[in-house]
Amino acid sequence: MDHGEKRLMDKNQESLFVRLIPFFERYGILLLILIMIAVLHLLQPDVFLSWRNVTNIFKQVSWQSMLALGVFMVIVTAGIDLSVGSIIMLSLMGLAIASKAGMPWYVVMLVAPAIGFLCGMFNGIGITLLRMPHPFIMTLGTLYIFRGIGNLISGGVPITGFAEQIRVIGNGKIKLDVFFGEGAREYIPTSLILMIVIFFIFWVFLNHTRIGKWIYAIGGNPGAARAAGINVDRILIVVYTLCGFLAGIGGLILAGRTNSAYPNAGLQSELDAIAAVIIGGASFFGGRGTVLGVFAGVMIMGILRNGLNLMNVSVFWQQVLIGSIIILAVYIDVLRRQLATRT
Amino acid sequence: MSDNLVLEAKSVSKFFGTITALQNVDLHLNKGEVLGVVGDNGAGKSTLMKVLSGLYKPSEGSLFFDKEKVTLNSPRDSQNLGLEMVYQDLALAGNLPIGDNIFLGREPTRKVGPFNFLDHKKRKQLTEEHLAKLKINVKSADQKVEELSGGQRQAVAIARATAFNAKIVLMDEPTAALAVKEVGKVLDLILNLKKLGVSVIVISHRMDDIFTVCDRVMALFQGTNFAESELKNTSRDEVIGWIMGKKD
Ligand SMILES: Nc1ncnc2c1ncn2[C@@H]1O[C@H](COP(=O)(O)OP(=O)(O)OP(=O)(O)O)[C@@H](O)[C@H]1O
Ligand SMILES: [Mg+2]
Repeated sequence: MDHGEKRLMDKNQESLFVRLIPFFERYGILLLILIMIAVLHLLQPDVFLSWRNVTNIFKQVSWQSMLALGVFMVIVTAGIDLSVGSIIMLSLMGLAIASKAGMPWYVVMLVAPAIGFLCGMFNGIGITLLRMPHPFIMTLGTLYIFRGIGNLISGGVPITGFAEQIRVIGNGKIKLDVFFGEGAREYIPTSLILMIVIFFIFWVFLNHTRIGKWIYAIGGNPGAARAAGINVDRILIVVYTLCGFLAGIGGLILAGRTNSAYPNAGLQSELDAIAAVIIGGASFFGGRGTVLGVFAGVMIMGILRNGLNLMNVSVFWQQVLIGSIIILAVYIDVLRRQLATRT
Repeated sequence: MSDNLVLEAKSVSKFFGTITALQNVDLHLNKGEVLGVVGDNGAGKSTLMKVLSGLYKPSEGSLFFDKEKVTLNSPRDSQNLGLEMVYQDLALAGNLPIGDNIFLGREPTRKVGPFNFLDHKKRKQLTEEHLAKLKINVKSADQKVEELSGGQRQAVAIARATAFNAKIVLMDEPTAALAVKEVGKVLDLILNLKKLGVSVIVISHRMDDIFTVCDRVMALFQGTNFAESELKNTSRDEVIGWIMGKKD
């Protein structure tokens, strides 16, 4: 083999490597999930991949994923929403009070998303029209306000017991007798279906509509968006409103799952949501990230918590681990970017 | 001459708090005319263009398009009147591909039932056609703008301003970041627009640009009209003098 041939081969190898970069960029995170699943399966062969445990994971992440999806959109605009954990609690309390007041179930069901919608709109209007210097400040304020109102209207005590129709969304089971025979224990949680449908809708919204495109443009360069004639304030209000609305849906799912509204509902879940979004590869500086990535981020958090619980790892160690994963995920991202822009 | 008037600004002032960026500035532009605007750094050239494009609201004064008085609330309004602008700071979203930037705010869509979805295929096709027409070389229309060189970005910004059959194009220092060959391309493009009957305003600090493409030149000095002349009645030295605030 002469020199020229050898150089050619080096070049081919390099270009294969270079061609793999976008592949990892897009699917690397799914690879990470597969590795986690494989490891946990090896460690807990009887339990981890059992139907019961897998459905448990999905039921747990379904309400958290609503927060993550909303916060993701906000982060794409280079904003932040710290109030989603409080919105979920306030919408849950509103739902509980409507239920206790004896309203029909279909009204009760609308209460949580409606409250979420209004809370989100309040954030959006505050950030744009009141010219708050940063969304961090507005939503830090409403983090306290919304939870405070939730406790005021409920008297700070839990309210339990909702109609069966309400509980279906967070706790419903779609039986799989058709596949597993009469009376089988296998089922698909309703909340999983709802989560998939909502993620799909928002994927279409962000990737295939003009407003979706504008949301990314605002995150990339708000000045450019404005110069292109886009009403940036209006789009931001839409984004924060949708984020609140999704948190309200999360409240509805949580109502079904726990059959109770309690003062600590959703406490610190805004941080979990932000963590999932960041682990999922979205840029904290806006303009970058995918819906699939958010889904992956939510699943990584969910699988990790579940796996650590199965192995009886203490909650304290779980905190340390999750924190480390956030930093590690972002660091891998930094390395990957260095690779992609190598000179 | 005044029969051909396509754009006029009368007595426009613009204040930013205590700063007076423009004070009673007049400007007019005829059909198919190339107007050069010169002035020192901070003279108010960009601010005047942003007022004309609707990005800034004038503090005082009025604008006329085709002799009709208009109020611009957003660049969208001036776009609808056939005015496009290439901003000095380029105003592109680096995280988006070339095609998305060119069509930002005016994306081609297709209807599916009651919904309007982005027509990715059509956008790509229109982008490629338009880039080819302007002889702009990039790897692909899907390349992100942040991966482009300064000159390529400038080309995308110009492509954006010429993709919608504008009647008036404003260019704020379109040649500032370019190599000699690219400068030539931009100047050719301006002359081409002129041939098509498009009216152009060019801001430039380079006398070569002004004296290659312009029909008329006006100078701003500290936010006010300072001097103005048909190109054939002035000289480089005189225009340079205007920029420095000197007039005989
Ligand atoms: N958004 C703004 N806020 C406050 N002041 C501004 C703003 N934009 C421009 N100015 C001020 O207005 C004046 C004119 O600025 P402008 O950008 O129009 O100058 P210019 O003639 O385009 O200069 P250059 O040749 O450097 O581009 C300057 O004093 C500038 O500081
Ligand atoms: Mg300028």
